[in-house]
Amino acid sequence: MTVENILEIKNLKTYFSLDKDRVVKAVDGVSYVVPKGKTLGIVGESGSGKSITALSVLRLVDEPGEIVDGEILFKGEDLVKKKVSEMRKIRGNQISMIFQEPMTSLNPVHSVGKQIKETLHIHEDLIRQEANHKALDLLKLVGIPSPEKRLTQYPFELSGGMRQRVMIAIALACNPELLIADEPTTALDVTIQAQILELIKELQAELHMSVMLITHDLGVVAETCDFVAVMYAGKVVEYADVDTLFESPKHPYTVGLLNSLPRHDIKMEELTPIKGMVPSPFEMPEGCRFAPRCPFATALCQEKLPDLEKKENGQEVRCWIYTDEWDGEEVKVYEPNATT
Amino acid sequence: MFKFIVRRLLQLIPVLFGVTLLVFLMLHITPGNPAAILAGEGASQETIDNVANRLGLNEPLHMQYIYFVMDAIRLDFGTSWRTGMPVADEIGSRFWVTVELAVYSTILSVFIGIIAGVISAVRRYSFTDVGIMLLALFGLSMPNFWLGLMLMQWFAVQLMWVPASGWGSASQVILPVIALGTAGAAIIARMTRSSMLEVISQDYIRTARAKGTKERVVIYRHALRNALIPVVTVVGLQFGYLLGGAVLTETVFAINGLGRLVVDRIASRDFPVIQASVLIIATLFVFVNFLVDISYRLLNKRIDLD
Ligand SMILES: Nc1ncnc2c1ncn2[C@@H]1O[C@H](COP(=O)(O)OP(=O)(O)OP(=O)(O)O)[C@@H](O)[C@H]1O
Ligand SMILES: [Mg+2]
Repeated sequence: MTVENILEIKNLKTYFSLDKDRVVKAVDGVSYVVPKGKTLGIVGESGSGKSITALSVLRLVDEPGEIVDGEILFKGEDLVKKKVSEMRKIRGNQISMIFQEPMTSLNPVHSVGKQIKETLHIHEDLIRQEANHKALDLLKLVGIPSPEKRLTQYPFELSGGMRQRVMIAIALACNPELLIADEPTTALDVTIQAQILELIKELQAELHMSVMLITHDLGVVAETCDFVAVMYAGKVVEYADVDTLFESPKHPYTVGLLNSLPRHDIKMEELTPIKGMVPSPFEMPEGCRFAPRCPFATALCQEKLPDLEKKENGQEVRCWIYTDEWDGEEVKVYEPNATT
Repeated sequence: MFKFIVRRLLQLIPVLFGVTLLVFLMLHITPGNPAAILAGEGASQETIDNVANRLGLNEPLHMQYIYFVMDAIRLDFGTSWRTGMPVADEIGSRFWVTVELAVYSTILSVFIGIIAGVISAVRRYSFTDVGIMLLALFGLSMPNFWLGLMLMQWFAVQLMWVPASGWGSASQVILPVIALGTAGAAIIARMTRSSMLEVISQDYIRTARAKGTKERVVIYRHALRNALIPVVTVVGLQFGYLLGGAVLTETVFAINGLGRLVVDRIASRDFPVIQASVLIIATLFVFVNFLVDISYRLLNKRIDLD
């Protein structure tokens, strides 16, 4: 099965140079693809570079952050090489983004209607009435109660869940081909979370969008995503379609994430959180970045960084265990029925 | 909103009462007997007593205050002790000169201050930013009378581009307005800069950029609108300082305004004129701040009105 990819990120490096000799390599050689019409989930602990990768795609990383290397191919064209004016035509039009904090992501001094129409006016040649009409349609589309009233309201008059719906309406205004959702539900309470995710899923099918969904929650991934990229310390450590990932996760970090989650499909006696902490950006391990926390790590892991290698089913993993060079004994990283 | 306005207007009353009390007390505890000064040098004790009697200065202090307040409420400020003219006539035209001076200076400081502040914030840490902030520091530390004298020296005396004194024509207005408005421009520039920097790092600015908005629009429509909310308060306070600063500027440029009138009459202890002038300036100040409060609330929709 070959799928066309709407987005291909290749060896992307986005660094923050704080001063002469302190560089935070927030994104350090990230590669993954978003297949057309599919949802890619991106998981990983806080600080692993998920958001910075996403912001790099829109070239919206704040100073002193800078894309120093790599390619971001959107429909085959490299966004890294685009001029700022060309990027502006893509933002909000072909690629849209929604953010984690609905409470602060809308401008407090402009009405909801005005903020939706702004995107429409930037990218489409609409007269006022058409824009008004379309803004109303968008509010209906995202399922906001009494949409007519909302157009003239200000963000402070709306609840968090409604604001996130407004953000989605803004993002969808120009029928984007790719929607990037950076933890869109983290700040919302559980019932609203489910509604928003359901909404994104529905709209994706309806509008034939591709979606990049950043989340901490593997449960959300299982429910909404087709593919998953697992990130750790600025790198992708595993990439697979969602079934493969949950059935046979390969990277010890992925396994760690899965074991720290309650699951319904297999019996587990207890949750085992991953021990240790994410390495500080200034003290990155020489070899595999997960080695200090990995129960299987050997001398090789401490010394050399493994590559992201393709396995069967299109699964990719960055781990020495699955290479010929592996110097340890044979290990079983994942045992699904371990505790039954 | 209506309730808020009414409540704020009612709050003005005690403030203005306080002002009458302060002015009255300050004048009456200043050393020097006004009757003696008015009677002229070498006047006999009898003449002085007569003058004092005529002016009501022999009444008990609290009665004098009550008369003053009662008259003020009826907007009757009496006649000048010095010229015998109705105080209202003495103040009338001069008041508008001072208001003009203060308003022009405010406009200048708001205009220059906001533009400079925005440029500084957008080019943070650049040469331009450092330059503007140095200038602002300079403008802030410079007393307005000294700046006035320097401007007069360069542009009026040496270059002879504009007249050195007076008020009315554009060429006469320009130097005093610069002298008086510079400090305000500096304060507003610094305030705008820090407010802009705070706003620019907000999430909704990133949202605006993610829409494909042009950077110029991001700055003016999205950032500045929010950044100006705290600046408005500063502008209101600034206007009050300008009214005070006008006293010196008017003296330096020999402008026939209210400030200069007060300075003149303090020397001759012309109580009615001084009291009325201070009361009017205070009322204006309080009223401007009331307007600022309202516009602050209009700008900042998040604040509950009641
Ligand atoms: N402005 C900045 N200056 C310096 N370092 C930064 C800056 N912004 C982000 N970083 C660094 O980049 C790294 C990745 O950040 P990123 O926001 O992408 O993490 P994330 O995976 O999205 O985490 P989270 O799940 O908490 O959102 C972090 O280690 C952070 O320290
Ligand atoms: Mg993030």
